[in-house]
Amino acid sequence: MAFEDQRTTVYKVNPEHPESETLPTLRTEELLLNMGPQHPSTHGVLKVILELEGERLVKSTPVMGYLHRGVEKLAEDGTYHQFIPHTDRLDYVCAMYNNFAYCRAVEKLLNLQVPERAEYLRTIVAEVQRIIGHQFWLSAQALDIGAMTVFFYCFRDREILLDWFDELCGARLTTSWYRIGGVERDLTPSLIDKLKQFLDYFPPKIDEYQVFLEKNRIWLGRTKGVAVISAEDAVSFGLSGPVLRGSGVDYDLRKYEPYSAYPKCEFSVPVGKNGDTYDRYWIRVMELYESVKIIRQCLEQMQEGPVMADVPSVTLPPKERVFTNLEAMIQQFKLFSQGFDAPPGEVYCGTEAHKGELGFYIVSTGGGKPYRLKIRAPSFIHMGAFDHMARGYMISDACTIFGTYDIVMGECDR
Amino acid sequence: MHPLLQRIQQTFSVGITGLAEWRGDAAVTVTRDKLHEVAQFLRNDPGMDFDYIVHVSSVDWPDDEERFEVVWEFYSIRKRHRIRLKTRVPESDCVVDSLTALWKGADFMEREVFDMMGIRFRNHPDLRRILMPDDYTEGYPLRKDFPLRGKGWRDTFDFLDEVPR
Repeated sequence: MAFEDQRTTVYKVNPEHPESETLPTLRTEELLLNMGPQHPSTHGVLKVILELEGERLVKSTPVMGYLHRGVEKLAEDGTYHQFIPHTDRLDYVCAMYNNFAYCRAVEKLLNLQVPERAEYLRTIVAEVQRIIGHQFWLSAQALDIGAMTVFFYCFRDREILLDWFDELCGARLTTSWYRIGGVERDLTPSLIDKLKQFLDYFPPKIDEYQVFLEKNRIWLGRTKGVAVISAEDAVSFGLSGPVLRGSGVDYDLRKYEPYSAYPKCEFSVPVGKNGDTYDRYWIRVMELYESVKIIRQCLEQMQEGPVMADVPSVTLPPKERVFTNLEAMIQQFKLFSQGFDAPPGEVYCGTEAHKGELGFYIVSTGGGKPYRLKIRAPSFIHMGAFDHMARGYMISDACTIFGTYDIVMGECDR
Repeated sequence: MHPLLQRIQQTFSVGITGLAEWRGDAAVTVTRDKLHEVAQFLRNDPGMDFDYIVHVSSVDWPDDEERFEVVWEFYSIRKRHRIRLKTRVPESDCVVDSLTALWKGADFMEREVFDMMGIRFRNHPDLRRILMPDDYTEGYPLRKDFPLRGKGWRDTFDFLDEVPR
């Protein structure tokens, strides 16, 4: 019988029709397909060369670097303060968390203590950013898979938080609100009211997102059992965040290397079992509830106090003093033109961003500029496991895998 | 001293050129020929158990005899501790053992180091440029002697003289 074994390279001739022997034999071969660099579900400019056997992925080779801007090189040329706006442009969907991770690394280098209120503010805003990130991820992933409605619902709620950021720091996406030693400004009463309103409004909306997806047979069929990675492989590849926790590995820096106000809050870290796309989806949705819980606790516990450490050689003076006081203005000018004198040494500081462990490795030789700054970007490291995770799945699952990493090319290519 | 560093010092009599602890980060520097052995110890020893690779990085020290420093950072999911492993390579013989066989994630991270700093990794399965184009011939961007503004075809542009007003 013809076509009984699809893997043979030459189709057998049907013995019941000997005349067909005169036909030329059909030859099959692997098909090379370029996916990208312009493709709606690669979330940026990314090319993947797919080797296909029929519709199955045999091998995939990511080709990256279309968005490479040399951020690490630029860091060596500016002062520590000047690099903060560059970090916005790494993962441009979640700028706050990049600021946070960078400032923490520099504070570790300087051994700088941040005031308690600033720690709470940082945690609140970081968790708001996590909600935005997960909403963005959920909408994009659902859209890639073909569920369009969730996209509109997520963006409707994301818009509220972006407007909140706008009121907080004047920008919706490229925020630069964190400062070395604290944060730029305190929350106003109006911002706190708005955030409290949002916290009451939001949890029922998460239930709503879930209703759209968890009873949707197409969504379940395209996420359950797709792109499975075992715990051992996930650890070996260095995956982090929800992608690692989806495989059942309990690794969350907020819990195990606690920082900021996280140790003072009670929250749980959802961990998956199967390591498939559905589990990673479930983790992110559960994290939305946890983020709401963390923000609530922070708002309750937060006490009045300064929002910036008072170390004049390092931290920026408050803006109202810069405009009224000569010394403060000189200090501000000096810090931005020459920078502060960092001690020689090297530190690595990882922060649990919503995509995974975002780390900064800083080598200092003293002086106002970092000698070398390396960014450990979760998106880049997740792409390393793409071939492993995509092997054997259908070509349409490639989109699912991009989505499940929550990949952002600005961070991947740096 | 950090207990991990103490343990490493006891296990290896030769090949360790530096042990440092600063701001809570433990770092061990090894000679190039001992790198794979030490890495294997970090990976497989039950007391070390570093199963998670955090990042691979490199630092350029142009004035030093052994110019480049390659840095690996590991974490243990079960033991919850971190360590940094470093080695030095001279510019004339810019080759270091790849640790891809021990940690699969080292594949892309080492490719990035090769791309940015020009350090070659022995036994790496697929050592190609990763962020820069495959046919890029203008050097390695993160080296200290690579100008910030870039080099190559941009230098051949005709720049207009400043127009007097």
